[in-house]
Amino acid sequence: MSEQETTNRPKPPLSKVRRDQNRREFLRTLGVGVGVVGFSLAGLLPLIGAANARLRPPGALKDLLDEQRFLAACIKCGQCVQVCPVEAIHLADLLDGVGVGVPFIDARAQACDFSCDGLQCVLACPTGALTHDLNFPADTRMGFARLDRPDACLAMQGKGFKGQARGPGFAGKLRFAEVDRWTPIALADHPYDLDLCDLCVRLCPIEIRIIECAAAKPQLPGQVERVAEKIGNECPPRHAITLEPNPNGRGRMPVIQDGCVGCGVCEMVCPVEPTAIVIDIDRVTEVPA
Amino acid sequence: MSYILDSLRHLLGLTVERPTPERQSQEVKFIYERKAAERLTREHLEAIEAAHAGTAKRHRWRNRRWVTLIIVNLIFVVSFQFDVQLVEGAMTASRVIGFHFADLNSALQVSLAFKHVVLNLLIGTATVLILWWLLGGRTFCSWACPYHLIAEWAEWLHLKLAARKWVKDVRFHRELRPVLYGVFVVLALATGYTVFETISPTGIASRALIYGPGLALLWVLALLLFEVFVSRRAWCRYVCPIGLTYGLVGLTSPVRVQYKVDSCHHEGECRKVCLVPHVLDITIKGRAQDTHVDVAADCTRCGLCVDVCPTDSLTFKVKGLNRVL
Repeated sequence: MSEQETTNRPKPPLSKVRRDQNRREFLRTLGVGVGVVGFSLAGLLPLIGAANARLRPPGALKDLLDEQRFLAACIKCGQCVQVCPVEAIHLADLLDGVGVGVPFIDARAQACDFSCDGLQCVLACPTGALTHDLNFPADTRMGFARLDRPDACLAMQGKGFKGQARGPGFAGKLRFAEVDRWTPIALADHPYDLDLCDLCVRLCPIEIRIIECAAAKPQLPGQVERVAEKIGNECPPRHAITLEPNPNGRGRMPVIQDGCVGCGVCEMVCPVEPTAIVIDIDRVTEVPA
Repeated sequence: MSYILDSLRHLLGLTVERPTPERQSQEVKFIYERKAAERLTREHLEAIEAAHAGTAKRHRWRNRRWVTLIIVNLIFVVSFQFDVQLVEGAMTASRVIGFHFADLNSALQVSLAFKHVVLNLLIGTATVLILWWLLGGRTFCSWACPYHLIAEWAEWLHLKLAARKWVKDVRFHRELRPVLYGVFVVLALATGYTVFETISPTGIASRALIYGPGLALLWVLALLLFEVFVSRRAWCRYVCPIGLTYGLVGLTSPVRVQYKVDSCHHEGECRKVCLVPHVLDITIKGRAQDTHVDVAADCTRCGLCVDVCPTDSLTFKVKGLNRVL
């Protein structure tokens, strides 16, 4: 059709003014195109040195510090944010570049305590960025806890703890099965009076499940690995954190075990400022088969 | 067939040539001949304009559309704030009463970057594809996209300033949009990151509404300032790949705006209000191929032209519905 048209009505050559206009329009368009693509590519800058690496929700597809698969798979919709009962999940902002709109957890402010039991964020994820390959909290690998400031740790000093773990103004929530099996309450509403501070062990979701499992059915001979049979939650096969004798004398020392999933509750509840125990996001242990 | 080809040319930023006489129907030629014979006076046209300006029809579709767009976006916000779970998620992906929805362009970016598609995403993408195919493709832009609404207000400001000659609409080549579409496809594939999502004002605005504002809104603000002071509706016209994706969906969609040559006075008011005025070039005298022409798929079905037309020469139609009824 266009051939026919050109043979019928040959186009007159463009005037110089018109050619100039076209050239200017082309350059303008090129400028805008380069600007838009350039700005979008600037989103890759925070990847340098993993500046946008963060503690991610359970099941986040990642391989140590390399979050590429997770950032690629996430559709930035925030459905995980909406289902979290303790509101631990937030979406990253512009400074995270390609991580904008991607979920993360600020453990010190509000950690994931698995109080949804069923890994609701994983179930909510429409793209598999939070992989459906895991079923239980103990299958999760978000990071790994580390005693960052052993000298500050109350247990290491042989000190007890009395009062609200993070003070009266702290908004963070945890679920306490003995208070309410289903609804998390403010940590500030659950004060303690401990002869020796063991909050990081006592409140560890993995340790709590181990105790629940053990209480549900006494440990049988030969059942060393898997502490007890499952009761609603699969029982964690390994400990996450235990208090061991302090090699330097007084008190006891929190020791992170291979069962640690990096949920961050220990970091959230640690009563000293700044926290004595932190989560490393570039370290995880193998999930036993 | 020519509807699809012309639509594709628009979407690719190419111009659609005026139809040769051989391609025009006898009926439309008669109409154009009659119009040439009986020219309307300026007073007559102004009287028709004035009569239309006061009617309830003047902003009917715009009002319906704004209400729809605001409700659609508010459902997201309310669902989360009050935990009603009607629509969970954001514009990029959501669950509507439990059913997966995924924005086509976001799903494309994720699939290209991740190089793997889970079933839920496939279901969500297919659902949205069927939904917007039924509703008209780029209907998404003007009836659901949160950026569209704020850009419309910025456009109002731009037009006010332009009327006072304080700003001038700087035009760009419309081929930029398909080129950038290709660039963002290649970038997602090559880098393994959803590069476009980082700057998508649709995603940013939707998340800001639902989860609270953030620094990313500064980018949206920058775009709006550019549109107010430099180039009218620049993002939607020259950049947004989401619009192009939905434009392709709309190629065969039954919901269209239909143009009737007979009653048209060729004043060009419709092209002045249009986001994508090239689709309304058929309203220029001599350009229509037939007495009734469907407006091409790049049209966002916003209805501004339907509202502004004093002679009802532009109306919404649902293809095939007349036959069914």
